Amino acid sequence: MQNVVVVGGGLAGFRFVQSLRDAGYDGAVTVVSEEEHLPYDRPPLSKQLLAGTFTEEQCALPGEAAEVEWKLGRRAERLDRDLRVVVLDDGSEVAYDGLLIATGRRARRWDGALPSVGVHTLRDLADTAAFRADIGADARVVIIGAGFIGCEVAATLRKEGVDVTIVDVAAHPMPVMGPEIGARAARIHEAEGVRFRLGKGVAAIEGDDRVTGVRLEDGELLEASVVLVAVGSLPNSEWFTDAGLAMDRGVVICDETCAVLDANGAVVPEVFAAGDIAAWPHRHAEGAACIEHWSNARDMADLAARNLLLAVEERTALASVPTFWSDQYNVKIKSAGFLRAVDTWTIVEEDADKPSLLAEGHRNGELVGAVAFNMNRSIIGYQRSLANVKVGT
Amino acid sequence: MKITVDTDLCEVHGDCVVAAPDIFDIGEDDDVVQILNAEPGEEYRAAIVQATKMCPVAAIKIEG
Repeated sequence: MQNVVVVGGGLAGFRFVQSLRDAGYDGAVTVVSEEEHLPYDRPPLSKQLLAGTFTEEQCALPGEAAEVEWKLGRRAERLDRDLRVVVLDDGSEVAYDGLLIATGRRARRWDGALPSVGVHTLRDLADTAAFRADIGADARVVIIGAGFIGCEVAATLRKEGVDVTIVDVAAHPMPVMGPEIGARAARIHEAEGVRFRLGKGVAAIEGDDRVTGVRLEDGELLEASVVLVAVGSLPNSEWFTDAGLAMDRGVVICDETCAVLDANGAVVPEVFAAGDIAAWPHRHAEGAACIEHWSNARDMADLAARNLLLAVEERTALASVPTFWSDQYNVKIKSAGFLRAVDTWTIVEEDADKPSLLAEGHRNGELVGAVAFNMNRSIIGYQRSLANVKVGT
Repeated sequence: MKITVDTDLCEVHGDCVVAAPDIFDIGEDDDVVQILNAEPGEEYRAAIVQATKMCPVAAIKIEG
């Protein structure tokens, strides 16, 4: 192994390089990233960076990625697996003998006509700065999408007294946690002054130049000076869709060692993937699961680097428990397990005043996940018990 | 080896408790992690290094 190429300069790419160097790899490393910045951490964007308690510099990922040739502001256009080169947007080619696919995802944009000013998405540093700059005194913010980004941004803005309305077709915020937890989360936000329009579709984002409001399908107009579209993400996989790899809903499928599979299902031993551009065979998923959590990028990247340096038969399997966290007001939300598999949620413990809660998610009677609000010790037990669930089928 | 946690950074994610339960702990209401053993023996090094890598906010430092 002489030439390792990483496409994608986020958490997964950065951790992969660190892990390669920790494992003793001393060959060349090239990181291609469409962003102009060195790798940074995204969780603070909707919280500390938006609130102004972190600078952009404080979002830098800690630690070193030693001796890397950074190709920043460069986009990969094509992957040629026969020649083992990545073709970049300036026409140059980067040859590899080991490759990490780590291009992640981008914010899904509003599919329809838009006013030219005041409509935002939030996925990177530039997005956050532009959104922040647009929120003046007396701003009325409508957030389309009650997922984690939408709810975190609402919490950050409500601390400053900004007027916030969240609209979503879902019946509850953060629906992956189920209706019982979602209803409680909605009450927490409402107590802080957030207005919800749940179970409501958006007909149009109105305004000629600057946005003036969000028109719901039932005819109601939500007046707005700023709109955040937080309706999920799309995989940045266009550059390798014709490379003959196994794909599922736009992401590449890996085996349990994080090596990618080709379209026939055979392992490609020199190509790995990590983070939310990849899916891997979680036991509780239907087929492969794309897990869009910070911890998943960390764990896949760390293992992919170590496995790349090993012969195929010596490689080890991923032992990552999906976990996420979210901070909203004084509530620390944590999860363990593959929540999309849950068919029945049960509130195990609750103190509405604190507020705290612990909920278990089962599928066909088997524990597959758990969620905690402000119960930082209890969730660790679930991380441990769910860690004993082997990956693969 | 001496273990310290930057309590300004710590957000009680608890990954260190999973990685090195003999060294770190958190209570249900804690704002920062507790260090159970700040000067552990070498036999804990691998687990503590893992804890530093797992920590989402890089709050754990190992000296020595």
